[in-house]
Amino acid sequence: MTELTANPDGRVVLDADDIRRALARISHEILERNGGDRGLVLVGIETRGVFIARRLAANIGQFEGFTPPVGALDPRLYRDDPDQASGQPVRPTSIPVSLEGRPVVLVDDVLYTGRTVRAALNALSDFGRASRIQLAALVDRGHRELPIRPDYIGKNIPTGQDERVHVKLAEVDDIDEVDLVRMSPVGTNPAVGAEA
Amino acid sequence: MTSSSTRREVQSVAGAGSSLPYAEAPAKGGAVVSHASTGLARQRHLLDIDSLSPEEITSLLDSAEGMLEVLGRDVKKTPALRGKTIVTVFYENSTRTRISFEEAGKILGADVINVSVSSSSVSKGESLYNTALTLQAMHVDALIIRHPHAGAPHFVARHVKAPVVNAGDGMHAHPTQALLDLFTLRQRLGGIAGKRVAIVGDVLYSRVARSGIIGLLRMGAQVVVCGPPTLMPYGWLPGSAPAGSWYEGLEIAESVEQALDGADAVMALRIQQERQDAGHLPDLREYSNRYGINRKRLSLAKEGALLMHPGPMNEGVEISSEVAHGAQSVIEEQVRNGVALRMAVLYALCSRGRDQAAAQERP
Amino acid sequence: MQSNRTVIRNGRVIDPSQGIDRVADLLIADGKISEITGSPLERAPDGHDVIDASGLVVAPGFIDLHTHLRDPGYEWKETLETGTQAAARGGFTTLCAMPNTDPCQDSAAVIDDVTRRAARTGAVRVLTIGAITKGRQGKNLAPMGELAEAGVIGFSDDGDPVSDPNIMRQALSYASSLGLPIINHAEERSLVRGGVMSEGEVATRLGLPGVPASAEAVMIARDIELTALTGGRLHVPHVSTAASVALIRVAKSRGLKVTAEVTPHHLSLTDSWVYGLHGEVPETVPPEAYDTNAKVNPPLRTAADVAALIEALADGTIDVIATDHAPHAATDKVCTFNEAAHGINVLETAFGQVMRLTHAGFISLPELIRRLTEHPAAILGAETGSLAKGRAADIVLLDPDAEWTVRPESFASLSRNTPLAGVTLRGRVVATVFGGNTVWDVRTAAAQTEVATS
Repeated sequence: MTELTANPDGRVVLDADDIRRALARISHEILERNGGDRGLVLVGIETRGVFIARRLAANIGQFEGFTPPVGALDPRLYRDDPDQASGQPVRPTSIPVSLEGRPVVLVDDVLYTGRTVRAALNALSDFGRASRIQLAALVDRGHRELPIRPDYIGKNIPTGQDERVHVKLAEVDDIDEVDLVRMSPVGTNPAVGAEA
Repeated sequence: MTSSSTRREVQSVAGAGSSLPYAEAPAKGGAVVSHASTGLARQRHLLDIDSLSPEEITSLLDSAEGMLEVLGRDVKKTPALRGKTIVTVFYENSTRTRISFEEAGKILGADVINVSVSSSSVSKGESLYNTALTLQAMHVDALIIRHPHAGAPHFVARHVKAPVVNAGDGMHAHPTQALLDLFTLRQRLGGIAGKRVAIVGDVLYSRVARSGIIGLLRMGAQVVVCGPPTLMPYGWLPGSAPAGSWYEGLEIAESVEQALDGADAVMALRIQQERQDAGHLPDLREYSNRYGINRKRLSLAKEGALLMHPGPMNEGVEISSEVAHGAQSVIEEQVRNGVALRMAVLYALCSRGRDQAAAQERP
Repeated sequence: MQSNRTVIRNGRVIDPSQGIDRVADLLIADGKISEITGSPLERAPDGHDVIDASGLVVAPGFIDLHTHLRDPGYEWKETLETGTQAAARGGFTTLCAMPNTDPCQDSAAVIDDVTRRAARTGAVRVLTIGAITKGRQGKNLAPMGELAEAGVIGFSDDGDPVSDPNIMRQALSYASSLGLPIINHAEERSLVRGGVMSEGEVATRLGLPGVPASAEAVMIARDIELTALTGGRLHVPHVSTAASVALIRVAKSRGLKVTAEVTPHHLSLTDSWVYGLHGEVPETVPPEAYDTNAKVNPPLRTAADVAALIEALADGTIDVIATDHAPHAATDKVCTFNEAAHGINVLETAFGQVMRLTHAGFISLPELIRRLTEHPAAILGAETGSLAKGRAADIVLLDPDAEWTVRPESFASLSRNTPLAGVTLRGRVVATVFGGNTVWDVRTAAAQTEVATS
């Protein structure tokens, strides 16, 4: 996905410090909203949502002294638009604990149409009945197609339909950065399909 | 491998310089078909592992990892293929493979309809052509076919729009078996390239061997086969396969001991009573003595080498009970992995069908 | 209406039987050859219909020793009428109908029926081949004497071999008194087992059961020894392997009465045609593979076999080109390869196929024509295959360089089973004259098509 950095139209909307601060704030908000519930579980949506969830868990560990377990979820098999998803392998979902009766924070990098979140909610229900499920996203870019609303947001970024938000994380992209990229009609890069 | 390397030019008669009639005739479409342009992406079918590129194979194996996780859940059901109808049409008895496909389809949320046609009624009953047209008219979303005749899935694929999965055709191919074997090897050995895999037994009649050889070679494994000369394909003599042949790189061992020497994995092929009846073998006892995989022979392979078998096994013939159920056996894992792999195949073929099928319906 | 005099003008007349190869006019009177001029006449003689052959080759009409006309019994595949029309388009003026009909040609009654109906509805001459054994069952000899009197030109159970060596011995011996050849389909069935294509790399790759080349050679070897034993006449049909060629070569050097034929497809196609890509060897097996139109018995063999067959045809080891025209309906071919019927529809493509041998320099045009005319006539013992004065005016006009594309849908044959669909051939039959009457002329046929579609 790194080929997008060469795109001259790319505009950095969050840098590494912005991301760090946003995730620190979200971590505090999660703690505040859940009253320090030690049953808390974070579930990241593959792939970048998982790294964000791990960072949030690490923050919570630092602030509160307990590190909530982190799950990784690939909701692809629950999507209603599988054509969007084909072409890449389905990743194993790993939920380290039963979700039965626990509060869960679902974590994604970009919130867009809401379809990924809907699929993830359906998938989560197969791993036990959570006491409540909240939603955290680093970026909310609008254009929702389903009645889904985030509980924790790093930054609202108004976008056009012809734009893509590209979240880069050091774990896979060697840099922490969020770019806004305008897609040219030709040569549209399929690599950015990860967001939704 | 360049496409021209597998192009065979017909030799000319001694003394005359020209090539024979039509030898130079171009393929339909004007080019040699390479696997870069075939595979799941273009054919929309899985007729043979032969049509898959190494990248496509890797992608399917990766996906099978995800599917394997689904298989381990308490709730083994996803809506990925909800509303899709998958039909299995088996012209040969096979409980194992059919159930494996059925389970794969159902876990992904598809409706699976099983049609079994006994071999005896094939010649008298409805022609395969009419069966294909009937299923086509019912708007099925995928056809999984097993047939005693090589090429039957290719035939069906030419007459239906739905993706066709070959679940075993005659002596030709059994691509999902080859893929699940690759998956098992990759999981247990950490990779496939450079590993030495010995395939022992009835290579002549075995579609498992054919697809296995192609898949393993394509993924960079060293493949060695061994069996009675009467059960080896025409021209497969001890040594290395001829350069330029479709099985280039294959090693044909002189003895089972040579084949097993240093192997990372050993695959025993099923031997059938019919081979004895057809004069290929003196009897199964002699086969077992000379080619059966037992503890002593398995000890020639690398320490901890994997023992595989496509099933169903004839214990005591091609494989001893001791090793079949021993620590090195991954035979049950193969069965479990088969479901995950077939989920990956069905998901790759069916989940993308919606838009394409609609596009085809339009004038 | 045809007048009873015709002149074929300005063609290159090639008649191997008389050693003629010159540009000349050929005169026909009352359905017979009356003269081949020393050079083209200044102007067409009065009172003659004129066929322009400028730039074309004029040769004796071709003779096919091996044709399956399917009539009686399988009239949905071919009839005497459609089969002979296909022959006319292919330049053949004499066909020899194989006896695997239903009822089979094992009695004078069936032979008479075929002969009579062919004379009435056939576009060209149909001769008959009688069965070797009753019902082609391989058990008891057919009434060969009765069949000979009814006019058969030889005996064959084609499609099935005479498996019992003793029956084969008796057949060769008995037929020798009639002066007729035994044409034994050479195939040792116990070696064929379930084989559907030639054993080899392609069969292994496609997982199709293979027929070893020796299944043919083993039986030819047996038949040659039985020919030596009996002093009979053996004609080996559709030779397909290098090993068979070697056996026949030795038999001829021993002075045995052995002749042999080869088909246009065995001279030009290999087992790679089963891949369905016109002979191309694909890197991966495509959905088009398992082309049932390339299923034929004996099967298409390797390039080395094809090379040996061409060499044998050129050096005379193989005497004639025969088509083994084997029409089959779509239902016989729209199925799996195992289920498909054996056979290729050949009559209309034969000349274009074998012309490639001449274009490639393997055999000269006069020698090629000799193997389609003089040689089969010698085996028949019939007064045909020659442009000698007084012979029936069976003539073919050829354009050796004309390119055309095989379109099975426009065949005169009832069936379409050829693997050559879409292939461009170089060498075309322009017109066919049978007994002085034009039975095919691609030029007028094209004009009619134009009128019909305009």
